[in-house]
Amino acid sequence: MAVTYRDWLLDDSPSSRLQAGLGRSYRVSMALARNPLAVAGALIILTLILMAAFAPWIAPYSATGQDLTNRLMPPSAQHWMGTDELGRDIFSRIIHGSRITLMIVTMVALISAPIGLVVGAVSGYFGGSTDRIMMGLTDIFLSMPKLILALAFVAALGPGIENAIIAIAITAWPVYARIARAETMTFRDAEFIAAVQLQGASSTRIILRHVLPLCASSTIVRVTLDMAGIILTAAGLGFLGLGAQPPLPEWGAMISRGRNFILDQWWVATMPGFAIILVSLGFCFLGDGLRDVLDPKQENKQ
Amino acid sequence: MKQPAILLEELNISYGPTRIVHGVDLAIDEGESFALVGESGSGKTTILKAIAGLAPDWTGTISVLGRRRGHRPDRAFARDCQMVFQDPYGSLHPRKTVDDCLSEPLLVHGLKERDRRVKDALDAVGLDQRFRFRYPHQLSGGQRQRVAIARALMLTPKVMLLDEPTSALDVSVQAEILNLLKKLRREQGLTYMMVTHNLPVVSFLCDRLAVMRHGRIVEVADVSDLKSGTLEHSYSRELFIASGGEPAA
Repeated sequence: MAVTYRDWLLDDSPSSRLQAGLGRSYRVSMALARNPLAVAGALIILTLILMAAFAPWIAPYSATGQDLTNRLMPPSAQHWMGTDELGRDIFSRIIHGSRITLMIVTMVALISAPIGLVVGAVSGYFGGSTDRIMMGLTDIFLSMPKLILALAFVAALGPGIENAIIAIAITAWPVYARIARAETMTFRDAEFIAAVQLQGASSTRIILRHVLPLCASSTIVRVTLDMAGIILTAAGLGFLGLGAQPPLPEWGAMISRGRNFILDQWWVATMPGFAIILVSLGFCFLGDGLRDVLDPKQENKQ
Repeated sequence: MKQPAILLEELNISYGPTRIVHGVDLAIDEGESFALVGESGSGKTTILKAIAGLAPDWTGTISVLGRRRGHRPDRAFARDCQMVFQDPYGSLHPRKTVDDCLSEPLLVHGLKERDRRVKDALDAVGLDQRFRFRYPHQLSGGQRQRVAIARALMLTPKVMLLDEPTSALDVSVQAEILNLLKKLRREQGLTYMMVTHNLPVVSFLCDRLAVMRHGRIVEVADVSDLKSGTLEHSYSRELFIASGGEPAA
């Protein structure tokens, strides 16, 4: 049965739109599965997602419940990663913190990638003065250091996760706009675009249905690679006290609290730091693997 | 008097500051198959692009089926006149299946019975139904060109602009595509305006031809003149001899 299912997916003359689409996704995921680093990255991210989804069932203790008699306990059988200055179990806090991390990453990607894609594609497709104005704007955003710009926005909007997300998203889109524009320029004079123009399709339709799908894969790769940076920026904002506010178990904020005890109780700052590194690494690996698979230049070889 | 399918009057076309085509006058009758021949850079493709609306920088008059043509592609024009491009590898969207590619013009114009029309179009260009959901990279050059021709036929245009439709293909595949074009023209009563530098293709498929050089038409002749080697202009004769024809005594 499994064999016939696979044959159906790899059939080189699919009999429906669905089969053709599924077959293509299947080929991409098979290529991804042959790349060990990408698999490692995907596993890390899958673990993160499962951790976030089932946090209350996995975590042995509450994320916010204080136990002042057990403050700053080193890692042990009861508290796998020790406890912090208020006696909270660090392991449980990291598990609950994965929800916040995941939310920040997804929200930033969902806000900034579409904005960047559309700005870049419109700019590249129309060219001329549209291009100059939109790319000028993009360059202004691009020229400002990410963390500083995010800091300025949070300072203006007030601290908190939502504002941190907005601030990071505002600083993340210009890169995607640049990529999408560069990609669009390479094929905007191509004959397959000219052919849809001749059919009388509107510019909106051409950009949404013909230009964007071709920019999407390089942007997906770039977003995945940027996830690590987004997590670090969020952690940085948390560390500076401008991101998630206590008692939320945000990883950056946890490191910031642990800083006071870093010499004597190393685990308080190290454990969340470890989590940040691991997740960042996971996204980097997956992004690298995706780049190998989705790169249009590689595609013909499959 | 019968109105011409394509009428060009005093047509000048420029790309930026350079003028490519100078004062071209041409009338192509309905149902006729007309060839524009000439060396590379003589402006023949540019004329096709201007008619299609892809080279907007022109002065003069372009009328298709009696209607004056604007400078940009538009929806009404799309149903009268379509174009087949030279390179079948560049004219199909790499991420869209044959089905998507053929359905798109129907969606743009809100035409019903898409399923049947796509099937009919595949039949018309001699492609098996099993190709319907393949991506372009799963097709050969000749199959791709058939898809491109099918796409141009989706809106049932009366006039087809053909930009060297066979020059990117193998010789054996060229013959198949030429036969297909001939059959389609007979079945659907199409008017062809074709750009090529291949004179045998002209004598196989066309009724009349215009020879172009440096952006000007030097001679308009009947295809019988080409076959008998009695072209008048010295440049036309040169072209004829260069493509292996025997000069008439």
